[in-house]
Amino acid sequence: MNAVYLRRRVLNRVMMLFSYAALAFGLLWLLWILGVLAWEGAAALRLSLLTESTPPPGSDGGLGNAIVGSAMIVATGTLIGTPIGILAGTYLAEYGHRGWLAPATRFVNDVLLSAPSIVVGLFVYTICVAPVGQFSGWAGSIALSVLVIPVVVRTTDDMLRLVPNSLREAAIALGCPTWKMITMVSYRAARAGLATGVLLAVARICGETAPLLFTALNNQFWSTDMSRPMANLPVVIFQFAMSPYEDWHRLAWGGALLITLVVLAINVGVRALMRKPA
Amino acid sequence: MKLHVRNLDFYYGHFHALKKVTLDLPERKVTAFIGPSGCGKSTLLRAINRMFELYPGQRAEGEILFNGENVLASKQDVSLIRAKIGMVFQKPTPFPMSIYENIAFGVRLFQRLTRAEMDERVEWALTKAALWREVRDKLHQSGSTLSGGQQQRLCIARAIAVKPEVLLLDEPCSALDPVSTAKIEGLIAELKRDYTVAIVTHNMQQAARVSDYTAFMYLGELVEVGDTQRIFAKPRMTSTEDYIAGRFG
Repeated sequence: MNAVYLRRRVLNRVMMLFSYAALAFGLLWLLWILGVLAWEGAAALRLSLLTESTPPPGSDGGLGNAIVGSAMIVATGTLIGTPIGILAGTYLAEYGHRGWLAPATRFVNDVLLSAPSIVVGLFVYTICVAPVGQFSGWAGSIALSVLVIPVVVRTTDDMLRLVPNSLREAAIALGCPTWKMITMVSYRAARAGLATGVLLAVARICGETAPLLFTALNNQFWSTDMSRPMANLPVVIFQFAMSPYEDWHRLAWGGALLITLVVLAINVGVRALMRKPA
Repeated sequence: MKLHVRNLDFYYGHFHALKKVTLDLPERKVTAFIGPSGCGKSTLLRAINRMFELYPGQRAEGEILFNGENVLASKQDVSLIRAKIGMVFQKPTPFPMSIYENIAFGVRLFQRLTRAEMDERVEWALTKAALWREVRDKLHQSGSTLSGGQQQRLCIARAIAVKPEVLLLDEPCSALDPVSTAKIEGLIAELKRDYTVAIVTHNMQQAARVSDYTAFMYLGELVEVGDTQRIFAKPRMTSTEDYIAGRFG
């Protein structure tokens, strides 16, 4: 065996070893987190976790109000952010071929995509909470929608740009107006990708705490009034985990496990969606 | 004459892709465009239905007279012009919907038909495109489940369904196997009874087989156009002869 070849073989082994080590290191932390979460959270998984509302320290209770609150805030935030995100992404991919507006928007959107969520929380606090002197579910939804928009814009833009131009030309050649071509052909061709973008955005905002801390705040009681402060899982977890009470800790673990499971389910859903040919 | 092209210049940015092209497409005849890659054959087709307007930096100057009206300067809605000038592309482009919907899509843009009328139109178009017998039991399956050759015939059916007057075929067989190609060539012979057909092809035998007239283009210029038999038997220009003989291109 000649020296060059031997050297290459050894190098190959070394590089492979490094790669495996890096993989193991990453997986270790992930599994550790999931393991601790499952262990601690499982203890809190009881039916009352879903049905009863957050208790004062020392008494029994669950996270029912926070779960409902989170669902309402996340759903409303998604409903506000999705149409805006899809339409803006459509502009970028389908209309913005000429001029500077689309590239500039794309850049600003990327900045927004990586903006710290606490900044978004403060911003919405300044425009929605401070003027009326009232924390509210609506403000929470608006803050979350600001996080949804850039994710959806980006995925919509990317997914529509994957639609082959030949398909667009084929529609246009039939005498199809642009908007009809977009809704009937581009959207259809990219529908799995568009849905994926929205789901990823939902997964992203499910666990956002900072924006809700300044907007929806929290509520100890059952409340489905979006114009009042509203309980939600991330803030409850934050509050309960920081408290000195053992039973609150347990509930916080339960809530954390719940959010993780939801996000995991969404991600599995996304993978299933993307695997199916459009 | 169905379509007259007069002094057509075409530019991709600063690149002068078509130079003073003048020719006619006779009604209910097949005109084939041959020439080496980049000679402007496809560009000419894309100018006729104003497809180029989708892209910034592309522009056409000159006249394309369709039923007496200059397409390039027309105040008519460009969609209406395109509906009368159908186009089929190199690669089959079935829309992401069922076979039935692929056909109905274009029809619905301009007409409101009852369910029964639409069924009839879909059958008519698929029959014309020699596809009906193969798909009549699976009209509601996705168009992308068909084979390449079937997909291309679906695209032809889709183009016919809106009842255009002119059909532009941009290398419709280049992605297909010989059997499918033969089917589509047979189809073209059928179609010219009702439509004016322009076909771009890289395959000279195909041009000789399917067309009544042949135009040879080279470097953005129309070198020679005439009766297909005459062009292949006795080309007037040496470059036409060289290309047909396979000496370049």
